[in-house]
Amino acid sequence: MNDMTDGYMTADGRKIGGVVMELKNITLKFGGVTAISDISFDIREGEIRAIIGPNGAGKSSMLNVISGFYIPTEGEVWYRGARRPQMRPYKVAQMGIARTFQNIALFDGMSVLDNIMTGRLTKMKKGLFAQAGWWFTGAAKEEDEHRAKVEKIIDFLEIQNIRKTPVGRLPYGLKKRVELARALAAEPSILLLDEPMAGMNVEEKEDMCRFILDVNDEFGTTTVLIEHDMGVVMDLSDRVVVMDYGRKIGDGPPDEVRNNQDVIDAYLGVAHD
Amino acid sequence: MPDQLLFALEVTANGLMAGVMYSLVALGFVLIFKASGIFNYSQGVLALFAALTLVGIQEGQVPFAHLINAVTGLHVTEFGWKVPALLAILLTALVMVGLAIIIEKLVLKHLVNQEPIILFMATIGMAYFLEGFGDVMWGADIKTLDVGLPQGINETLESVTDKALGYGFFVDNLDIVATVVAVMLVTALTLFSQYSKQGRALRAVADDHQAALSVGISLRFIWVLVWSIAGFVALVAGIMWGSKSGVQFSLSLIALKALPVLMLGGFTSIPGAIVGGLIIGVGEKLFEFFAGPLIGGATENWFAYVLALVFLVFRPQGLFGEKIIERV
Repeated sequence: MNDMTDGYMTADGRKIGGVVMELKNITLKFGGVTAISDISFDIREGEIRAIIGPNGAGKSSMLNVISGFYIPTEGEVWYRGARRPQMRPYKVAQMGIARTFQNIALFDGMSVLDNIMTGRLTKMKKGLFAQAGWWFTGAAKEEDEHRAKVEKIIDFLEIQNIRKTPVGRLPYGLKKRVELARALAAEPSILLLDEPMAGMNVEEKEDMCRFILDVNDEFGTTTVLIEHDMGVVMDLSDRVVVMDYGRKIGDGPPDEVRNNQDVIDAYLGVAHD
Repeated sequence: MPDQLLFALEVTANGLMAGVMYSLVALGFVLIFKASGIFNYSQGVLALFAALTLVGIQEGQVPFAHLINAVTGLHVTEFGWKVPALLAILLTALVMVGLAIIIEKLVLKHLVNQEPIILFMATIGMAYFLEGFGDVMWGADIKTLDVGLPQGINETLESVTDKALGYGFFVDNLDIVATVVAVMLVTALTLFSQYSKQGRALRAVADDHQAALSVGISLRFIWVLVWSIAGFVALVAGIMWGSKSGVQFSLSLIALKALPVLMLGGFTSIPGAIVGGLIIGVGEKLFEFFAGPLIGGATENWFAYVLALVFLVFRPQGLFGEKIIERV
């Protein structure tokens, strides 16, 4: 790990900024089961942060804590230098934390365009009655502006040709991409991706990898991702947290983590080099 | 034109108008079902409650008069003022919004992520509660509702058709008003749900709660919004039906007429509620006209349900319902 106070330079020469979010001693219990025990780590501006670990290690729970879907039993979440009070998931989303889900949570009955437009909801300022006025209150103009932003994302993720298709009809790989598009539409300050490449074939995985890197490159989006595919994680991420049985057993750049004995024992035990 | 055909035309016109009245009730069901997947059993009672409240406010009745009198020994019945119809409608709309907030706080909030059947049972409970609550609040006697809507036969239409066709059409003024109001209501609701920010949020919540939360939609706000709109639609239905046949308990039974409409039009389609209503309205009038005399009449009581059953067999999602696509 390089300088912890003012960020660091990545291997490929990107400048990573200060701490955006810090998780302090997070513990999460469901009744008698401890899903996460006493985990601390930070997320820095502009980096791609991976959380890896075997099944049931508590990765998704961690993501759910960050996005407010779970309330930690103990510990604090600090966001931009202030302690985040307990808040509901939609409030967290309004603060600029967008996410995707492991099992894809899209609005199946709505078109791709409408799905992505919902990502803009937090940015739309016109209220209920202004919407009723439409042309007179500027609601129509606001809609157009957001539509333009969404079209940019659609171009970026190369899904122009399915714009009007109901999401329910799309194949799995494209659904994942639409979900990413919806999260991006919110112009998030932190983007949370829960296994963005799960269940994809090699080609789809490569596409998704490229998109995640491009997004980070183009918009400087801070990204936290959970992934099983070790190759993908090592290629993509700047720093990696390794979890096992709810504990943190490693934290650092991919190369450092790869050589950590605890990590090898717990997760990379298959590597015989 | 032969008289028989003209008469059939008149029957059709009346059927269309009656259908609109059914559609008004069905609309409320569709709205709540679309936004939350709940079949709201209490929609009919909401209409009754709205109509009772409207009459109560208009007539300056003291709410809970019987209760107050029984407890305190006073004899209050009325404030002694009359509220103008428009203001009374506005106040009633506010009451319905308040009711939506209370329903969300006391019932829906505690049933997040429960099975639809549990929410359905909750609405049954709400229906019975509201029915009794309405009685306690405004009294159980039959009331007449008059918000100044035109009543009786439209004479202009009658004389015009009489001159042109030699046969005067009998169409109820109230039905014409109901048609105009329903068309406006449906247009507004469709525009709202398809194009507005809140409409999009509403469709999102209907589709997936988790995903809706993740894009920053407050479920509670959307639920209050939906129930407020459903309350407003119930108010409109209550005004139309109340003006037609008085405000009494049986008003809540119009919900039963909305069921076949929903099966025909599809539970999730606002235009479907209208088209379904029209088909049922026209269908039952024409069936009564042509087949009624052959089989002893009174077919209007059951025709709608049989039609709905036939539809259920061949097109379970209704005419405009979302086709159920299941990827395996």
